Amino acid sequence: MEILAFGDTGWGDELFYATLMTIAVSITAMFIGFLFALIFTPLKLSKNKFLNFIANSYTTIIRGVPELLVIYLFFFGGTGAVMFVASIFGYNEYIEINAFITGAFAIGIISGAYSTEVFRGAIQSIDKGQFEAADVLGLNKFRKFFKIILPQTLRLAIPNLSNVWQITLKDTSLISVTGLVEIMRQSYIAAGSTRDPLFFYSFAAVLYLLLTFVSMKLINRLEVRYSRGY
Amino acid sequence: MDLELMINSFPKLLSAAAITLKLLTVSLIIGLFIGLFFAILRINKNKLISKLAYGYSYVFRGTPLLVQIFIIYFGLGQIEYLRSTILWAILKEPYWCAIIAFALNTGAYTSEILRSAFQTIKPGIIEAGKSLGISNKVIFFKIQIPIAIRQSLPAYGNEIILMMKGTSLASTVTIMDLTGVAKYIISTTFKPIEVFIVAGGIYLLMTFIIHNVIKFLEKKYSY
Repeated sequence: MEILAFGDTGWGDELFYATLMTIAVSITAMFIGFLFALIFTPLKLSKNKFLNFIANSYTTIIRGVPELLVIYLFFFGGTGAVMFVASIFGYNEYIEINAFITGAFAIGIISGAYSTEVFRGAIQSIDKGQFEAADVLGLNKFRKFFKIILPQTLRLAIPNLSNVWQITLKDTSLISVTGLVEIMRQSYIAAGSTRDPLFFYSFAAVLYLLLTFVSMKLINRLEVRYSRGY
Repeated sequence: MDLELMINSFPKLLSAAAITLKLLTVSLIIGLFIGLFFAILRINKNKLISKLAYGYSYVFRGTPLLVQIFIIYFGLGQIEYLRSTILWAILKEPYWCAIIAFALNTGAYTSEILRSAFQTIKPGIIEAGKSLGISNKVIFFKIQIPIAIRQSLPAYGNEIILMMKGTSLASTVTIMDLTGVAKYIISTTFKPIEVFIVAGGIYLLMTFIIHNVIKFLEKKYSY
């Protein structure tokens, strides 16, 4: 247990902060994913074939290409893309992008593709009569969406979103290749310096299990809350 | 856009895709047996046995595949005893470590898919078999398994695609699969977008083929 002590003698505090980092990246990525879903779900449901095509390409490509490859694209390509945009505005210095932002963005785009599919499925399975009833009552588009459609969508989407959360949480382990110090990276460092990879990677597995376990418990409570009245 | 690089890297990436496919098929075949084994344990009436099988699938589904590979590749080599056994011949090869990790991972998901397929079989079908005097073994192999296979095809198709993406992690333990070669080309040429298009295209093609084969099988075995 000495090896996990907090302070300079053990790896306890490092691993604790790494766990917080994993949680922070996961939540940020999930949030970015929601933003992407917010853009692409309406495009998927749109009657316009071209908009459909854009949204379908997004979800198909992201869900058909390995996460690691997407991360490499952002890791190696992100700086170039930002510097290219900056050079248009006349800024030619080297810009270094934070590993956290690159990582959260890469995982967020992946998570967004899954979220889009979940929201699309949920909205499509809402009874047509609900939309019509809202129209008949003369609710405007805004209120129709936020008061009638969204609450019902959430009830249907939460079980599947909990899967997306699990995938996102586990995908963050891949960001370790970019050098962001989250659970996996910290375990790698600790394993290298103590020459005890078996212990540290097993401990990382336990941390991930703990995170998935706790988040499942929390999501179950959310599920109960949104299923009131059913 | 550097078209020349894209054309030049295509054959290299394509031959790396063969390694990806090899990793995928070997781990899927082993994983299917592991999955079937644990699915049978899961539906066992003995609580302890079914709990054990659940524990296995919970641990492997609740942790990232990367951790699993690292434990097997970096971790197991640390145990002195293992180094002296014949197992070491397998465990010192990154290729086999990756396959063991993939097979155990996909086995966990497959066991869940098969379990739910077994559980959705109507008891009436099994009872019908029993009343016809068919032995339990024959009922299992000739009635339950074919129905379960048909039931689990769509979910298993998804699992194959997820596993194909999972094989990209083999590149973290020095295996030059499609992602490994793509990363190598990116880091030597600094042209991530071009390489991503070619490598991603090959992955998408494989996804497309797997998707359609499964769809074909679903149609063939539908009743």
